[in-house]
Amino acid sequence: MNYPDQSVPSRVRIQTGATAFPTAVTGTTVQPLTRPELVFDAREVSIFYGAKQALAGVTLGIRRGQITALIGPSGCGKTTFLRSLNRMNDSVSGFRIEGQILYHGHDIYGGNVDQVEVRRRIGMVFQKPNPFPKSIYDNVAWAPRNLGLRRGLDERVENALRGAALWDEVKDRLKDSALGLSGGQQQRLCIARAIAIEPDVLLLDEPASALDPIATGAIEELMHSLKGRFTIVIVTHNMQQAARVADRTAFFSLETGGEKPVGTLIEVDETEKIFAEPRDPRTRDYVTGRFG
Amino acid sequence: MSTVASPAAQAGGRGTRVSQLRKRADLIGDRLLLGICLLAALVAGAAIFLVGYQIIHGASPAISKFGLGFLTSTEWQPNFNVFGAGVLLFGTAVTSAFALLLGAPIAIAIGLFLTLLAPSGVRGVVGPLVELLAAIPSVILGFWGLLVLAPFVQSKVEPFLHSTFGFIPIFGSPQTTGLSVFTASLILTIMVIPIIASITRDLFQSVPDELQDGASALGATRWEVVRGIILPTTSSGVVAACILGLGRALGEAIAVSQVIGAGFEIKGSLFETGNTLAAQIALQFPGNLGGMHQAALYYCGVILLAIGLAANLLAQWIGRRFSYAGTVAR
Amino acid sequence: MSSASIPDPTASLTPGGNLRRRQLVSRVAEIAATAAAVLAIAALVLVIYSVVVRGAKKISLDFIFTAYPTGVGPMLLGTLEIALIATLMAMPIGVLIALFLTEYSGAKGARTMKLVLDLVNGLPSIILGLFAFALLVDHKQQSGFAGAVALAIIELPLIARGSQEVLQLVPQGLREASDALGVARWRSVLTVVLPTALGGIITSTVLAVARAAGETAPLILTTSNFDGKSFVLNPFEALPNVPTWIYKLSEEGNPEGFNEAWGMALLLVSFILFASLGARALLARSKRKLSS
Repeated sequence: MNYPDQSVPSRVRIQTGATAFPTAVTGTTVQPLTRPELVFDAREVSIFYGAKQALAGVTLGIRRGQITALIGPSGCGKTTFLRSLNRMNDSVSGFRIEGQILYHGHDIYGGNVDQVEVRRRIGMVFQKPNPFPKSIYDNVAWAPRNLGLRRGLDERVENALRGAALWDEVKDRLKDSALGLSGGQQQRLCIARAIAIEPDVLLLDEPASALDPIATGAIEELMHSLKGRFTIVIVTHNMQQAARVADRTAFFSLETGGEKPVGTLIEVDETEKIFAEPRDPRTRDYVTGRFG
Repeated sequence: MSTVASPAAQAGGRGTRVSQLRKRADLIGDRLLLGICLLAALVAGAAIFLVGYQIIHGASPAISKFGLGFLTSTEWQPNFNVFGAGVLLFGTAVTSAFALLLGAPIAIAIGLFLTLLAPSGVRGVVGPLVELLAAIPSVILGFWGLLVLAPFVQSKVEPFLHSTFGFIPIFGSPQTTGLSVFTASLILTIMVIPIIASITRDLFQSVPDELQDGASALGATRWEVVRGIILPTTSSGVVAACILGLGRALGEAIAVSQVIGAGFEIKGSLFETGNTLAAQIALQFPGNLGGMHQAALYYCGVILLAIGLAANLLAQWIGRRFSYAGTVAR
Repeated sequence: MSSASIPDPTASLTPGGNLRRRQLVSRVAEIAATAAAVLAIAALVLVIYSVVVRGAKKISLDFIFTAYPTGVGPMLLGTLEIALIATLMAMPIGVLIALFLTEYSGAKGARTMKLVLDLVNGLPSIILGLFAFALLVDHKQQSGFAGAVALAIIELPLIARGSQEVLQLVPQGLREASDALGVARWRSVLTVVLPTALGGIITSTVLAVARAAGETAPLILTTSNFDGKSFVLNPFEALPNVPTWIYKLSEEGNPEGFNEAWGMALLLVSFILFASLGARALLARSKRKLSS
């Protein structure tokens, strides 16, 4: 159980020995040893809530160990897409998905798939910090206890809190209520809670949007340190945040091609390219701030 | 406030007088309305004290004669002016405890069902139906208990329980009529369930979605979310709801009197007859022998009132002191 | 505890490790909760079924409108009269208390008042019967009026609470507009606030009546000495009424009396159920209208 310690954030790209696969996204054979394996392979994913279509034909790959940012204006479906990755949309009434989302090759919405198993491996941190009304220790220890990971619980909690850059601040008051923490601390607690069960993927839904700038900075530093160990997908409406933090960035927008506006994936590429030389004019308009 | 008279009013003194009268009427009206509202509030407050006073006053002969021994003595002989509420207290305790032990888990499960399991169509039907259960008058429930439930219990349920669990003394042999502590407890259970169910349903609904989402996102099964988050968060409210249900069971006179068989001894088996404080009043007060008999029944009322108020106050205190609202994350 | 471990992320998403057992536990809990709901509905259905089937054969115009031995008309009339008198006493006080809560009281006063209402609501009805007996019947004679006093105490908290909830929903803007026009408080309450809330107040009252109409205990001690052979209108005598008559018949052990009791039960239950359902639906609608 190794958690990276809180070193200076770096943007070292992870080199893995993963097997290359030709991906439908780029259509080219990638060279081994430079492209990390595909964790999520979304193919022509469209999402509907009842009659209304929220997302149209998204094809996107998420790679292991990287931070992928989903950016775009409000209402363009990025959070909807994120929540589909761990089946959190299942409880929304009228939710319907077309296309496929493959996770390590398995269809997430397949017949025998247990959504609890999905969420076991694909964790999520929400926009507004939502700690349980329990002690700090119990917040982090709750899920491991549920899953039966009772041995070495203290150690697990400590490692999770260290990994979330919160240990030093709370180590003397683990029995205190989590609700007494500041907003930024609560959010880091939620991150600790999520990583305590060692998921494969971390989905972050605008994790810093409810926080002040200093707390936001702490969260961003944290993401760098978590990156290698987890695959991270982050939704953010803050472009600068995406530029600071993400390896790859996907730009979503509302397209009014049909009768009603539908969220669409416009462009996805390495972050530097998206911001410096975007291919699509809509991307260029957005990242240069021409529209909100 | 000086009267600014309009030019028309200035022209004729009459207009000014009218507006002055109107202002006085306004002031009087405001004071009057406030006054009668306050009075109404005081009336309600006074009602509790008035009720308590009358009951205690009626009981005073018995209180002075029997004192606290009334609570333990089991002799109730109107013809000899000997009265003791021991049997009644025992019966009250047993029937209410049974109703709560059986009814509370069922009611909490119904609250969970309505909040978490039922699709909205089902919820819209089942919810009102459970509340309708509370609307059935107790005399009708007791009548149904007398003619439908008691025979069924006597012919099917009691023999079954006796043959399977008869080694436990409370499941003794069934007797002839099915009018028993057991049947009365079942009726009370039916009465208690809708009260607890509707309160707990509101409580469970009030647990914020974010908390449930957060728990689900950590790979917890539905039951684990209930056990780990929903129940602990609402626990004090649930306890308060149960105590309110208990209060209802304690005070139920009519239905219990119809099915409990008016026993006059403490018996060990649930299937024997028994009696409760409230039922005794319902059974013996009309046409009582006057004098000490009536005072003893009032005394039963005093005990009942005290227990009822205590339960209600306890429920209020628990509900308020540990309310979830105080622990919402900022 | 079966071995719990960190799952291999690339393994299939069917339940692994201890998830099968945990899902089984969850399923059992779901079944238990559903069974509980079914049980409660079954109890309701059983009772209503008995009442309908056994009572229906007694229902006829004679039954409703004539006196003993062909009908129970006096009891029906008496119940209506007692309910009317009780409501005439309880409604004004209840509405005034509601006005007190919404217009005049401070936070502390409101809390105290609500506590008082809850306590009054929790008083066992047999105790209220004893009270009315001691106050109005002892050393005098039974009267429908005494019964009505006890029922009024039962109705009071329900009317007060229900009216308060509706009054609270009257938009503050209405009161402010009235104030701005220089209209006296009492005038705006009587001519603006109350009329707006009137629908909700009336339905709260109907609900309170439905509850009080079924109460037997208070009436047993105050207005139970009648023979049902003639119609009685004077409230200062014992007024015939449905609940105490059913009670008496149930204790007599005469099968013909039982039939009569089932018939009356059907009438009583029908009135209460329709009044409750109707009033609740109307109340929900007025609340929705006011808060939209």
